[in-house]
Amino acid sequence: MRTLTYREAINEALVQEMERDGDVFVYGIDVADHKRIFGSTNKLLEKFGQERCFSTPLSEDAMTGIGLGAAINGLRPVHVHMRVDFMFLAMNQLANMISSLRYSTCGNLKVPMVIRAVIGKGWGQSFQHGKTMHSVFAHIPGLKVVLPSTPREAKGCLISAIREDNPVIVIEHRLLYDVSGEVPVDPEPFPLGKGMVLKKGDALTVIAVSIMVVEAVKAAEILSRKHGINIEVIDPVSVYPLDEDLICSSVKKTRRCIIVDNDWVYCGFSAEIAALINEKCFGMLQSPVKRLGFAAVPCPCTRPLEDCYYPNAVDIIRAVEEKLGLDKSDLSGEEFYSYENKFKGPF
Amino acid sequence: MANNLETEIYRKLYLIRSSEENVIRYYPQDQMKTPMHMSMGEEAIAAGVCSALGNEGQVFGTYRSHAIYLAKTEDSDDFFAEIYGKSSALLKGKGGSMHLSAPRHGFMLTSAIVASNIPVAVGAAFANKQQGNKKAVAVFFGDGAVDEGVFWESLNAACLMKIPVLFVYEDNGYAVHSPVSERHGYTSVTEIVKKFNCLVKGADTTDAEEIYNLTLDCLFRMKETSQPCFLHLKYYRYLEHVGIGEDFKAGYRSKHEFEEWKKRDPVLTYRNKLLESGFKESEIIAIEKEINLKIERSIIKAQEAAFPDKEELHTNLY
Repeated sequence: MRTLTYREAINEALVQEMERDGDVFVYGIDVADHKRIFGSTNKLLEKFGQERCFSTPLSEDAMTGIGLGAAINGLRPVHVHMRVDFMFLAMNQLANMISSLRYSTCGNLKVPMVIRAVIGKGWGQSFQHGKTMHSVFAHIPGLKVVLPSTPREAKGCLISAIREDNPVIVIEHRLLYDVSGEVPVDPEPFPLGKGMVLKKGDALTVIAVSIMVVEAVKAAEILSRKHGINIEVIDPVSVYPLDEDLICSSVKKTRRCIIVDNDWVYCGFSAEIAALINEKCFGMLQSPVKRLGFAAVPCPCTRPLEDCYYPNAVDIIRAVEEKLGLDKSDLSGEEFYSYENKFKGPF
Repeated sequence: MANNLETEIYRKLYLIRSSEENVIRYYPQDQMKTPMHMSMGEEAIAAGVCSALGNEGQVFGTYRSHAIYLAKTEDSDDFFAEIYGKSSALLKGKGGSMHLSAPRHGFMLTSAIVASNIPVAVGAAFANKQQGNKKAVAVFFGDGAVDEGVFWESLNAACLMKIPVLFVYEDNGYAVHSPVSERHGYTSVTEIVKKFNCLVKGADTTDAEEIYNLTLDCLFRMKETSQPCFLHLKYYRYLEHVGIGEDFKAGYRSKHEFEEWKKRDPVLTYRNKLLESGFKESEIIAIEKEINLKIERSIIKAQEAAFPDKEELHTNLY
């Protein structure tokens, strides 16, 4: 199979879906400028014209409401935000209008709308450009929320989201944009609500969200070398709906679980998974569920504090060692922060 | 030195320009790990308005606030320490280029969410009015900010509640890369604002002293009428939206446009004006040398300073 980067996979999904369905349009601040949302909206303007790919004023609330109006009248909007953080300016439309409309109209209206938003990290993105907020969105009944971590999922999730008759928020990670991976040429939807096993194992289950998948896979590789153990790495991909079966069957097998969220821990998605495991796997657990996430502070700008703020493979390795009663392995000579060290923008 | 005002204005202008030239010089070393939204081209507005506000005045800015920070504070130690992310900075590197703040200098806060600083400034002016402390408040924002609903909500509230806040509309014609013509369904913001109970002033000038006088007039009339004031000032962003390079090859704006503005460069314009008004070139060079030395020292101090300790991650949370 040929490989694409994450950004190319997103772009291909948009191109193919816009070719397939003339009702799909892509809009948002700077989607049609020369930078094209880090390349993810490349070619759309040239191929489909400005009626179907256009930049907007800086008016997130109104533009979200406009998307809703277009959606209930038969179009399929894809609204793009360069940062998740900017979606707070649209929370009224999201939480009070979009999420509840199908329900409140007894299904007489449907909202086939996609909202894409990018998580920032590194090079001082700090507290207004680094949020993820999937738990906030998924908390509200009526919003589907996915965070693809590989190019293949990125393409498949976006295709599914565009074809879905309900609002879907697709949260992409900026540092994943350059990641390459195998992606099918044909448009293959990735079912919303399905998770993935990224690495099979039996020692312990690590459930990792968005770019934390990269850290978890890295940790798994080092743990296997250092201790000869295999941990299972699961990417839920979808926060809502959630692939409960995948998570529970893995935890029932390994009987130990660490959740690594790309978010704060308190009141976060990791608490939701811990509760699920508590309800469904209580008697099977050999130790309490452990959670890792952002430090409970706003994200600082300066790099040394940023490194303390985000969990990484080292934290996962240490947590696994502690859970399994293993000695701390010597990690000198291992390379960490490879994504962060490469990233210098564009933002 | 003949005139304190003139030297103050030039000092601010030159401090901003020279500081940013140094950012351009050192940024490629990858030690300033923070996204740079450069002020180059904007110096006259920053120096003019901040000189008129005086030390007591308060300022609210955006992610593009190097110029107003330097104009308001005339500090370069904290500025460079902050963009180097060092513990010696007032914010200990937690804010970086986009989130500068120095309340003790009246430089209150900056925000990277467009227009989010505007209602906060209205609230600050409200408090100052309640307390009768006579501190003027200016909020700086670009032409992208009036796309946001919160600008109009804040303007309405300030007019309704007679809150004397100076809305400094820094019009560079582009929100990131989108020209006004692609974002506004009307031709003139100022004509609309005039329909509010709001003073409206404006100028198309790169002469900082003209902006200074205009701002003084605004502040005086705000006091007289208890109305807010909308000050429309034009400038040209010399560099790319974010980063230290030019972006004329991107195609959304022309180099010709820049060259026209460059003829009226705010720093050179004022330098020439000083010479015409009788300043000796040697006096000007002395100012420039002093500022360059100050900046050089600040950079060395910032480079040599320590990064914050891990414990710093959790301070000031409650």
